[in-house]
Amino acid sequence: MTVFDQLSLDGLRFNLTSEKNSAIPLDFFTPPSANSASFCLPNHSTTVRRPFPLSHGTTTLGFIFQGGVIAAADTRASAGGLVACPAVHKITPIHSHLVVTSSGSGADCMLWERILTREIRLYQLRHRRRLSIRGTAKLLSFMLHPFKGTEVCVALTLCGWDKESGPKLIYVCSDGARLQGDIFSVGSGSPYAYGVLDGGLKWSLSKDEAISLAREAVFRATHRDAYSGNNVDLFHITAQGWSQRKREDLKEEYYRDMEKRSKDRRGKIKRE
Amino acid sequence: QLSETKMLSAQGFGDPGKMKDYHYTGPVEHKFSPYAFNGGTVLAVAGEDFAIVASDTRLSEGYSIHSRDSPKCYKLTDTTVIGCSGFHGDCLTLTKIIDARLKMYKHSNNKTMTSGAIAAMLSTILYGRRFFPYYVYNIIGGLDEEGKGAVYSFDPVGSYQRDTYKAGGSASAMLQPLLDNQIGFKNMEGVEQVPLTQDKAVQLVKDVFISAAERDVYTGDALRVCIITKEGINEQTIPLRKD
Repeated sequence: MTVFDQLSLDGLRFNLTSEKNSAIPLDFFTPPSANSASFCLPNHSTTVRRPFPLSHGTTTLGFIFQGGVIAAADTRASAGGLVACPAVHKITPIHSHLVVTSSGSGADCMLWERILTREIRLYQLRHRRRLSIRGTAKLLSFMLHPFKGTEVCVALTLCGWDKESGPKLIYVCSDGARLQGDIFSVGSGSPYAYGVLDGGLKWSLSKDEAISLAREAVFRATHRDAYSGNNVDLFHITAQGWSQRKREDLKEEYYRDMEKRSKDRRGKIKRE
Repeated sequence: QLSETKMLSAQGFGDPGKMKDYHYTGPVEHKFSPYAFNGGTVLAVAGEDFAIVASDTRLSEGYSIHSRDSPKCYKLTDTTVIGCSGFHGDCLTLTKIIDARLKMYKHSNNKTMTSGAIAAMLSTILYGRRFFPYYVYNIIGGLDEEGKGAVYSFDPVGSYQRDTYKAGGSASAMLQPLLDNQIGFKNMEGVEQVPLTQDKAVQLVKDVFISAAERDVYTGDALRVCIITKEGINEQTIPLRKD
């Protein structure tokens, strides 16, 4: 029983099966259109207008420093102007040394992470070795390529540790980009996060300093961006694997910050 | 004929709507929309050893009410109930597909699907229609393998997660903050967080739907509550405002 098996219904079926190795049978049902003969892409001009918005909007970030890789994200899923869920997991572990942060459409990210986990596990069982992070990113990028131009919207950052090459941070998105780097921030809150990260990031940070920098970046982004908020999730990946920090409510952080500011202001007034 | 109505749900916020242009520009052609909005609200709460799935029973379209007795809770197994609201046509087809898949699983694996497995399967069924989605907001309520209450809430294209409580459907934006406060104890200072008992949960669900029926036009007529415990599924029907 494959992942996307479905009872047949009337209408066009966009059947996509990749070749010999990893046969991912992906059956996507598409609305029947008038000129079905010329039908090629799912994103035809006669697609049905959706009557509901999907979840979007986020702040996620990842960076490499001397102590490994840090991945952090907020936990808000918004659909239009409504907070669809205040406690979403945007950072998902794929295996013991790889986590992926997701941004874009919630359902797309969730399902594509599931497909990726399945493919990585199958590779490990077939070839008796774990696929490298670069290989994982390439596989994901090639799996997403047929959906370029459609509404699928995923922007994932793979944060992991390779046995051979050490810490890795690779950004993959549904537009086809696949970039390796030392610091990435994705989502509607990313400009604010980049500001904080660029200001404070150094290779020689200690683990606690790096964690507090990541927390601060997400906190500032959630403060300014309407579509990010609620809590911050933090993962730390080292050669021993990933470890997750307890989820933190940013409401407390906001009140602590206000306390600190008012204390500073009082101090300034006293001195004058 | 109004095929899409503006209602207080996620749709209302993002869409600039008909208020964008005040003046009449000329004949407006409406393309056939395969979707319709039939209203209704669904709610699920998970307790320590029970789960409650409740829905109103009004089926509406535009300004009309099609039926006052169309509950939106569907029994899947002895320990799982699904609530589906949105477009009634898609709700019916989706529940038929889920029933068929449950039977197929039972015949190939010789065991009943657990709530978690049903949730994962529904996610892939919904995503298979990513480019022509089922216009259904689903909430699954049931007991997990350990006998604890479980609630799984979905979006129309298959994103899901396990919750303690969730409201879906037309009055969801009104009910969810109230549940956050009463069950999740959010935004309350200095309050003792007692675990939810079954009787208190049922009473809360009834009160919450009475409030929803007051303020949401698509919710009303009657309330169907399904209480799932290890003894089985107990159903109650409570009348609501019929106006």
